[in-house]
Amino acid sequence: MRQRRQRLSPRKVALLATVPATLWAQAALAHVQQGGAAGLLAGLQHPLSGLDHVLAMVAVGLWGAQLGAPAIWVLPVAFPLVMALGGVFGFLGLQLPGVEIGIAASAIVLGAAVAFEVRPPLVIAALVVGCFAIFHGHAHGTELPPGQSALLYSMGFVIATGCLHALGIGIGTVHRWSWGRRLLRSAGAAVTAGGAFFMWKAFS
Amino acid sequence: MNGVMALRMRARIILFCVVAFACGPAEAHLNATGMGPVYDGLLHFMSSPEDLAAALALALLAGLRGAAYGRRAMFTLPAAWLLGSFCGLSAAAASAGMLASSLWLVLLGGLVVVDAKLSLRSMTALAALLGLVHGYLNGTGMGFSVVAMVAALGLAAAVFVLVVLVAALVVQLRAQWARIAVRVGGSWIAASGLLMLGWSMRGV
Repeated sequence: MRQRRQRLSPRKVALLATVPATLWAQAALAHVQQGGAAGLLAGLQHPLSGLDHVLAMVAVGLWGAQLGAPAIWVLPVAFPLVMALGGVFGFLGLQLPGVEIGIAASAIVLGAAVAFEVRPPLVIAALVVGCFAIFHGHAHGTELPPGQSALLYSMGFVIATGCLHALGIGIGTVHRWSWGRRLLRSAGAAVTAGGAFFMWKAFS
Repeated sequence: MNGVMALRMRARIILFCVVAFACGPAEAHLNATGMGPVYDGLLHFMSSPEDLAAALALALLAGLRGAAYGRRAMFTLPAAWLLGSFCGLSAAAASAGMLASSLWLVLLGGLVVVDAKLSLRSMTALAALLGLVHGYLNGTGMGFSVVAMVAALGLAAAVFVLVVLVAALVVQLRAQWARIAVRVGGSWIAASGLLMLGWSMRGV
């Protein structure tokens, strides 16, 4: 029996050619970062979104200004570095008990330090600030919005935190006048009152 | 007539196969500015925070040390960056990019914070190593082509401009508070690097 020779239609040939061509496609190597602007804005916004964070950050600046050099720059340098460490704990999923309580306590203690013009040695002041920074960093680190650039989010919240410290230092410059010292102590008392409110909220 | 149609169809299929099989890498690594590869490379650097922050930290460090260090950094870093980019052009995409970048940020930011008294030779080595590593990471994924080489030139030019401007700005700072502000900026870079390290460990 004579076998009938089947010819491939042009459509089938095109299909057969497409399959290996598709499989042979080289990597696109596209690594455009997604969500960059949104990540930066989310990071900048995060420390500002909670009044408890804002109070504590400003209090760090106020206390630094009150203590003078070198604390005026050692505290704002120590805080973001230790906060970043807290952030890393947060990213890695390490549980830190009582984060909200720690943040509220930071506002109470730092506000009280400003209100009573506490002047500990520099190391003690840096340790106090550093301990509280862990809680703030952990809170930021566990809250990366999905689909956004992690690096820009991190940079955003470090910059926002630094700006809040700078705000505190700026306000703290009134310390050179006697009325300014009274004003500063009042501001410290207000921060403590705010911290006490957030502590009450954390427990309720 | 049918024979002519079939011939045309075959010619189309052959053309299709040739085009499909001859595709090169998409080179979507670069953001297209529409103004040519030099500007594409320039934009790539300006829109890559991990590169920008590392070069910025080195420029701050060089500026804090003085004019001689600034001059050395402004030529060494872009040259090494360009060399690294050329080396990376034909390499496969590197997987340790984020980890390497974060370690660089921690190291350079830390050196700025402590105002490290590096020798000129150490600074040169640091700039060369930074340029080679980051340049290599930039080069990977661009694909080996003349366009990519020109883009690498644009990238190195952007590095040069950044280092020149920042180092020159910092060199002329005389006020103590201004130099401290630079060191605080270093702590922000180190903190961002530490956070980025956390993200890379988590695999974001």
